[in-house]
Amino acid sequence: MKTIYFDNNATTKVAEQVLEEIKPYFCDLYGNPSSMHTFGGQIGAKIRNAREQITALLGCEPSEIIFTAGGTESDNTAIMGTLTAKPNKRKIITTRVEHPAVLTTCRELENHGYTVVELPVDKQGQLALDELEEQIDDDTALVTIMYANNETGVVFPIEKIAELATDKGVIFHTDAVQAIGKIPLNLSKSNIDLLSLSGHKLHAPKGVGALYVKKGTRLSPYMLGGHQEAGRRAGTENVPGIIGLGKACELAAKNIEEENQRVKTLRDKLENALLEKCPGSSLNGGKQNRLPNTTNISFEYIEGEAILLMLDKFGICASSGSACTSGSLEPSHVLRTMGVPFTAAHGSIRFSLSRYNTEEEVDYCLEKMPEIVNKLRELSPFVAT
Amino acid sequence: MWEYTEKLKEHFFNPRNVGEIEDPDGTGEVGSLACGDALKLTFKLDANGRIKDAKFKTFGCASAIATSSVLTEMIKGKTIDEAAKVTNKDIADYLGGLPEQKMHCSVMGREALEAAIENYRTGGRKKRELEGKVICTCFGVTENEIERVISENDLTTVEQVTNYCKAGGGCGGCQGEIEKILEKVQGDKAKAAAASVPPKAGKLTNIKKIQLIQQTINEQIRPALRAHGGNIELIDVEANKVIVAFRGMCAQCKLAEYTMKDVVEAKLREFVSHELFVEEDKDSTQQPHNHRG
Repeated sequence: MKTIYFDNNATTKVAEQVLEEIKPYFCDLYGNPSSMHTFGGQIGAKIRNAREQITALLGCEPSEIIFTAGGTESDNTAIMGTLTAKPNKRKIITTRVEHPAVLTTCRELENHGYTVVELPVDKQGQLALDELEEQIDDDTALVTIMYANNETGVVFPIEKIAELATDKGVIFHTDAVQAIGKIPLNLSKSNIDLLSLSGHKLHAPKGVGALYVKKGTRLSPYMLGGHQEAGRRAGTENVPGIIGLGKACELAAKNIEEENQRVKTLRDKLENALLEKCPGSSLNGGKQNRLPNTTNISFEYIEGEAILLMLDKFGICASSGSACTSGSLEPSHVLRTMGVPFTAAHGSIRFSLSRYNTEEEVDYCLEKMPEIVNKLRELSPFVAT
Repeated sequence: MWEYTEKLKEHFFNPRNVGEIEDPDGTGEVGSLACGDALKLTFKLDANGRIKDAKFKTFGCASAIATSSVLTEMIKGKTIDEAAKVTNKDIADYLGGLPEQKMHCSVMGREALEAAIENYRTGGRKKRELEGKVICTCFGVTENEIERVISENDLTTVEQVTNYCKAGGGCGGCQGEIEKILEKVQGDKAKAAAASVPPKAGKLTNIKKIQLIQQTINEQIRPALRAHGGNIELIDVEANKVIVAFRGMCAQCKLAEYTMKDVVEAKLREFVSHELFVEEDKDSTQQPHNHRG
């Protein structure tokens, strides 16, 4: 059975070109870039090259990039590193819809005496900027707000938010893990101080990421025990990962507008047809200001895990904000914060596409999905038959 | 991905006895949309008092649907007295086992069966009603229900109780109480497994006392407030006076006094020292916020 992969916000396929690029760095060019000998030392140039490939996508300087083990480490480093560098400030402002890498870290800091403000979002998944502005005060060390939401694809007005924070002299961090490669950026012209990205969300391998640190931003190192990354992140470099991330960024930068337009056309076809073919379905999150690849649709009176398992039988991979897929018991914190009623929150499905998806795959999914919804509704005690 | 048995998957993809019996002898309904799963069970008896037909309708995940399907198969041919003896463990065993986190599906099956039998016997109460003190307000689970899953399944930890009946799986504010029920039912067996409740010390140094107060607020009080959109901050401790500030929804709530006296002080006295009393720091509560749901 062919796999139809519509779960690209969870992870992505490693691009063939990326794999080719990193192959030599396992058995042939396995040296340590910190070594004195040429065999290891030559790797340093490869890492420099990867760093430049990333700066080309982000529009920043090579010295502003720190390689990490992924999005979660980048988020933790940004938050903990900023607070350590600003020991007199005790307040953090974030949102209720952040990824756990940010939200859990902030809530843990609350247990250590920090004040954490979690801003709510409206039905469209958007923030009230005046509320944010009101909250920023002299005690605020950090504002950390995601670029785009992983569950709904809703994009926040990050440049405006960064400007608000900068005007008040507060450090601004954004978890841009879902946005990189989907939204063109130019960080040299932006007020963003810190930005997290993850390799495996843009066709690089898992276990590598980066943190952008604007020149002049004070940040204490989070990982200790080595001089790597100019003393800002200890630990021997993940050489194949870094080289893969560089290549993936180069590929993403190429035709970023055209590729994303193509993905958006597929996503729109899937979304519009599902909403039309399945009665009792509704879109979660505002249609405007959204990632081009993501759609999150609720199917009333049925449950997400059951839908996913039926899709799985046809080789279709998607994901759900439903509690039953995660082992927790309450449905998605993102959808609940947006005020999605329980009737719909339990039956939400996220389809997230990539440049490797085809129209045939969308058509196949459109053929199967209404059958699945009907079958589960026949079982549901909340649907009259 | 859950590790489901082949039998479970087979029942999920091909559920038996779906629907509702017209003019049934017994009807049982449990769960709700808010809880994430719900089951309606109906059955009809033959002339000899055996269950001739049973049907179900279920909203929920794959294991909720599969447990409902096997439940209808299991009870067919049984007398009411025989059916009444079916436990959640029997249902799980029939499927070749359930993942721990899905055991509550088998409990839901047993509850629906009980409600249907009760409906047959007394003619009333199709919907299972809550009996006894409600412990978990998120999922509406009572003390009786928690005690029952503990003793029927020999549970020793809060996590297991959550897996079996959902209690404690929402805001987490009732986990301390669940631990106490575990101790009551299981005695030392539960005590050995408990770790999260801070030990109540005899004589405390100032530093230890403040640490214990902070820990109690973090683990026993904040989760419950968070569930209602609020928060609490420890401002200072002066001898036995604990000064706190309420944030978010709690800050200007009329119930603040009630919350403080009844929850915060009670918890601090229970987990730290009987001599503690709580005061609210009004000055630091003047933070802008609004009551949006």
